[in-house]
Amino acid sequence: MSKVRVLVGTRKGAFILTSDGKREKWDVSGPHFAGWEIFHVKGSPADPNRLYASQCSGWFGQVIQRSNDGGKTWAPGGNKFAYDGVPGTHQWYDGTPHPWEFKRVWHLEPSLTDPETVYAGIEDAALFRSADGGQNWQELSGLRGHGSGPKWQPGAGGMCLHTIILDPSDPKRIFIAISAAGAFRTEDAGTTWRPINQGLRSETIPDPTAEVGHCVHRIAMHRSRPRVLFMQKHWDVMRSDDAGDSWKEVSGNLPTDFGFVIDVHAHEPETIYVVPIKSDGEHFPLEGKLRVYRSRTGGNEWEALTKGLPQQDCYVNVLRDAMAIDSLDKCGVYFGTTGGQVYASADAGDSWAPIVRDLPAVLSVEVQTLP
Amino acid sequence: MIRVILPPHLRTLSQVRGDVELEVQRPVTQRSVLDALEARYPMLRGTIRDHVTQQRRPFLRFFACEEDLSHESPDAPLPDAVASGAEPLVILGAIAGG
Repeated sequence: MSKVRVLVGTRKGAFILTSDGKREKWDVSGPHFAGWEIFHVKGSPADPNRLYASQCSGWFGQVIQRSNDGGKTWAPGGNKFAYDGVPGTHQWYDGTPHPWEFKRVWHLEPSLTDPETVYAGIEDAALFRSADGGQNWQELSGLRGHGSGPKWQPGAGGMCLHTIILDPSDPKRIFIAISAAGAFRTEDAGTTWRPINQGLRSETIPDPTAEVGHCVHRIAMHRSRPRVLFMQKHWDVMRSDDAGDSWKEVSGNLPTDFGFVIDVHAHEPETIYVVPIKSDGEHFPLEGKLRVYRSRTGGNEWEALTKGLPQQDCYVNVLRDAMAIDSLDKCGVYFGTTGGQVYASADAGDSWAPIVRDLPAVLSVEVQTLP
Repeated sequence: MIRVILPPHLRTLSQVRGDVELEVQRPVTQRSVLDALEARYPMLRGTIRDHVTQQRRPFLRFFACEEDLSHESPDAPLPDAVASGAEPLVILGAIAGG
């Protein structure tokens, strides 16, 4: 019988939650790296027992951890993220030039085919790659060297590169997203990049339709349709049918189009999920009701999913890397909250139950479907 | 033999129990001790001083012989009691947060 392994990064350590294919009873392992912020944990699609974790601390900086046995044991890898050449400046919050400074790794994306190759999205925004299992890291500096780099500004959470999507149909095509620069695409494995933000509209920046400067929170893709992308922007849920060349809004009947997470059903590429959040100053669910919204039409028409989720006095947030979907039938949907709950649905969102309730604030959730 | 006391999180990271004992060539300085420490425990590189600038991380302090040596030059000789191994060099995480 298949198994699932949910990898949870929190403010105070990592947790690994495992269950059989029924997804009713769960074992909880952790905290791993207790006391450290774990921004992200992700497994290699090519070798599910190879996991990578981003471990960081305001005291001790960045550590990269690697496991070869599905998270039972870990070993530290390399943590030197040195920008290529003279880093130069980006814009600070007030528009003044500010030097690029490495702060932390937000997201780790293992190669689809090689367990030794892994990408890291960092703050201040840049993309790094390791081809030796996370020991040595080289910047793909064509991204930061894109002519718009000096105009990039941090979002409220910092200037982070938080989304890395590898195209399963073309190993040279990668999509990334940065808060608050926008989305970018390479067609040559990271040597050159172009911004893909046409159609985005952000009223809070001087030019609402600028080439860069948009606060993209998350992008999702279904493996079977790599040219179709879904985006949760700061405000607006967006869709592209041409690999990001153009975007159109699909917020439709959502109660608010602000949020962080977005993901796609494992077997229905037109079924997508978001968690609307009240903004700008509050960042908790509307009316204290935690609701996942599902669209079966690729956007515009949304239904609230509430069964098993708290419908009163709930004031948590769901951060951008904190939703994941397994590939069982029916697919499982998982998300974590800043209140420390990890919710799971074993029926594609129709009903929900917490796997755990009292973890530290959840920063990221990933899931592996294992044989 | 130089003795170094690491903060608990770095002891966990480097799988060290108790004090670290290091052979360090004279003159014994912050830099020479940290170089020897990182050579023995490569996973500590970047966690005490920045990889690129080699500056002490802001929330860490260096103490020895009841003195705060954090702002001394990294190439200044450490006290004789540290160089002789009578006293440890203490790497301390600042108490911060809430």
